[in-house]
Amino acid sequence: MSSQEQHEHVVPVGTYVGIFLALIALTGITTGVAYIDLGAANTVVALAIAVVKMLLVVLFFMHVKYSAGLTRLVIVAGFFWLAIMVAMTLSDELTRHWTPESGPWSVLLPILPKTF
Amino acid sequence: MADMAAHSAHPPGFAHQFEEMAQQRAAGNLGMWVFLVTEIMFFGGLFATYTVYRSLHPQAFEIGSHLLEVQFGATNTAVLICSSLTMALAIHSAQTGKSKSTIIGYLIATMILGAAFIGIKLYFEWYHDYVEHLVPGINFAIRPEWGHAGSQVPMFFCFYFFMTALHALHMVIGIGILTVLTIMTARGRFSSEYYAPLEVSGLYWHFVDIVWIFLFPLLYLIGGRYGTGVH
Repeated sequence: MSSQEQHEHVVPVGTYVGIFLALIALTGITTGVAYIDLGAANTVVALAIAVVKMLLVVLFFMHVKYSAGLTRLVIVAGFFWLAIMVAMTLSDELTRHWTPESGPWSVLLPILPKTF
Repeated sequence: MADMAAHSAHPPGFAHQFEEMAQQRAAGNLGMWVFLVTEIMFFGGLFATYTVYRSLHPQAFEIGSHLLEVQFGATNTAVLICSSLTMALAIHSAQTGKSKSTIIGYLIATMILGAAFIGIKLYFEWYHDYVEHLVPGINFAIRPEWGHAGSQVPMFFCFYFFMTALHALHMVIGIGILTVLTIMTARGRFSSEYYAPLEVSGLYWHFVDIVWIFLFPLLYLIGGRYGTGVH
């Protein structure tokens, strides 16, 4: 890696202010949208706006847009592990009613051969 | 790569095991991000549990969510975003070699905004919740108008208090770190070459901001603010 690549990128003040204004605007939008009845889409919109805000903070305020590849890999790996934790937890909790409750063995009597 | 001449003339704050300042900076940022990943998993466990309980008791969580005051949640979101801007500008001032008083000004502004966040949370929200008998374990009173979902509303408030208190604890730690940074800046420890403590503390401060960016919609907004919340 040359020292040119490693040199710290100085983000202009204008970029910081622009990101700040975008974050404030998105906060206003997410609050306003919550008062409109969109059904299940309310949740999707609220979380989508939160993810956009997070990306703005991570990329610009936290300088990840300009940081080393190894740092980015660590961050992506962190979110990937978070996704594993959430997906595994929900794949259990949200599918429990897919299988019937366990009952006494006698519920099988009508479908068992007559010899029993 | 670094010959003896360069070694003897190393800038303040430069540790000997690194070949050049840029390498030290990259290593410091990487280390801070590894810590922040553990924080992501730490808060992530709470978010996952919140999601499970919300799916189990959607009505109770909607009732609970409607009992929170959106204007304070939204105001606090804006306060935190302002504090992230002042933190970023403090680091920018150090990077571009601005005067000590400029950096200290931005650091103090960040601390004031952080303290304002905690003040709004304590006085306008937690104290109000206490008066309204909404604190599980202390004085929670289930209201008859909530119907059969009412018995699960305390569960929402358990999540609310635990998540917001854990976040506020991170803010208090952040203000402590900023105090140390202010003293270090006043003592002239930083330059446009060396400002790593400012930079990694900034990462922490922005991370705490991101946690709130998710807590605000999850606690105050999801399920919508239209209607009364009681079906």
